[in-house]
Amino acid sequence: MERIPILKMGEYLLVTIQVDMHDRLALTLQEDLTSQIVKSRARGVLIDISALEMVDSFIGRMLGAIASMARLLDAQTVVVGMQPSVAITLVELGMSLQGIRTALDVEKGMVALMSSIREAGEDGDASPEF
Amino acid sequence: MAMRVLNSESIPISTAEDIVRVRQAVRRSAVSLGFGIVDQTKIVTASSELARNALDYGGGGTVQVEVVQNETRSGVRLVFEDQGPGIPDIALALTDGYTSGNGMGLGLSGAKRLSHEFDIWSKPGSGTRVSILRWK
Amino acid sequence: MSSNNALADVFEKRENEIASKWLELQFADGRKASPTAHTEAGRRSRDFLSALKNATRKDGTTDINGKEWAPVKDFLADLSAGQAKNGASPSETASFVFSLKQPVFAALREEHGKDATAFGDAIWDATQLLDKLGLLTTEIHQKSRESVISRQQQEMLELSTPVVRLWENILALPLIGTLDSARTQIVMQNLLEAIVETRSDFAIIDITGVPVVDTLVAQHLLKTVAAARLMGADCLISGIRPQIAQTIIHLGVDLTNVTTKATLADAFAVALKRSGHSVVRDAAKAGAPR
Ligand SMILES: Nc1ncnc2c1ncn2[C@@H]1O[C@H](COP(=O)(O)OP(=O)(O)OP(=O)(O)O)[C@@H](O)[C@H]1O
Ligand SMILES: [Mg+2]
Repeated sequence: MERIPILKMGEYLLVTIQVDMHDRLALTLQEDLTSQIVKSRARGVLIDISALEMVDSFIGRMLGAIASMARLLDAQTVVVGMQPSVAITLVELGMSLQGIRTALDVEKGMVALMSSIREAGEDGDASPEF
Repeated sequence: MAMRVLNSESIPISTAEDIVRVRQAVRRSAVSLGFGIVDQTKIVTASSELARNALDYGGGGTVQVEVVQNETRSGVRLVFEDQGPGIPDIALALTDGYTSGNGMGLGLSGAKRLSHEFDIWSKPGSGTRVSILRWK
Repeated sequence: MSSNNALADVFEKRENEIASKWLELQFADGRKASPTAHTEAGRRSRDFLSALKNATRKDGTTDINGKEWAPVKDFLADLSAGQAKNGASPSETASFVFSLKQPVFAALREEHGKDATAFGDAIWDATQLLDKLGLLTTEIHQKSRESVISRQQQEMLELSTPVVRLWENILALPLIGTLDSARTQIVMQNLLEAIVETRSDFAIIDITGVPVVDTLVAQHLLKTVAAARLMGADCLISGIRPQIAQTIIHLGVDLTNVTTKATLADAFAVALKRSGHSVVRDAAKAGAPR
């Protein structure tokens, strides 16, 4: 079955969406990511959508679901590289992707992810390892 | 104003992959008319929403992707049709946030905002037809 | 109806004769035409005549809104739009149709010259028809010119609103003059593209130079802020005067998530601070330390 690859980099997971995804593929990615976060004990997920030419309500909903699911598993998510035309359209569609962190590119996304993880750690319930 | 159809293509919508095919066909038409990137993205996104509605709620259907032109401008017109259960309350369905399933309730109203012309006909029991047009 | 048929009959019987006379007339005003232009005009004239013949026969001439007239009108639409783009005047375009009168009248005379009533009716019919078609070209010409002009205006707008780089990661867009919906849209798209190109984390939209902001423009501004956020950049608005603040509040828009500052300088200071820079006054170099 067709799948979108998930790259593991230390305690981070990196996903680069490069194809025009159909809905089932998007759902598969959501499931794969969830199990990968658990399996690799990832603390952060970076999703690069710079190659996506369109984000509709379905993909928007999927991104939101990934972010909330990751948060439950104590991992932070940053979505990077959204094209201006995609962002303008998404706003017109009425979606604001509330609760999702964004950054301009992978490099800046990494910085955002690290500060996001730090903030989450400061939020009281620090894990016993620290 | 006489409206002419310069190009027309019918695409079936019966699987998730078909929605991708619809997006690609709409993109091609928009590019062929020289749409800017924002306008392309708007009509493609609207098509994705309406194709998914036809599949999820209408049990599948078709879309007619047309390049149209009148005396002064040209545009892309999309006519989605399904023989599903229809929409009992169109005004309600067009309300931001209303969904009978587990969506965001933004597809129909969003597609309307992303188009210059929007028409919807629906008859409970016999199906739904949504037509949108975006001018260049 | 008999005169309709008279016109259709003449188009059918004398098509070649009308076509060649018409073509002569089109080049009679002393214009030098290259052989290719001549061939092109010949083809165009014959195509048009044949469409005209068909429509006259099938739909009559009283109403040119019938289905059979669509090809004739489409033909003229293409011609007029093409001519308008090439800078031809409306009368040049209309004369394509009007110059057809003479050969058609001549043909009608040949055919019906002996019967004054029939001839009169046919001439009247032909005049009305060709006048209508001629006017149609003028109308279309006008509309095409308008669309050319509005496109040029758009291009001017793009040039007239430069995005400036204030700092390595901070952009500013000083807006000056009246903002309409079309201009705002272009300007905002340019800003968002500049954010990607320069990898800027902050963009300041300064509206000090904008006299009024209507509902639509205010909405565009807020949509831009939202779009920038989706891309991962922070958009600040500066120079909001009281009247504009009123408009925005009337809109019922929630500005709590948008940073607004009185001046561009204030907004710049906020952006610098948020990106970890600080501005310190060097007391030793300052002119008058207290
Ligand atoms: N083709 C259709 N046939 C029958 N009902 C439809 C059709 N299209 C839309 N509807 C109804 O209208 C409602 C609103 O549609 P809309 O696309 O706005 O939201 P959604 O599909 O529920 O969620 P979203 O598109 O945001 O994921 C749907 O929940 C459904 O009840
Ligand atoms: Mg929908």
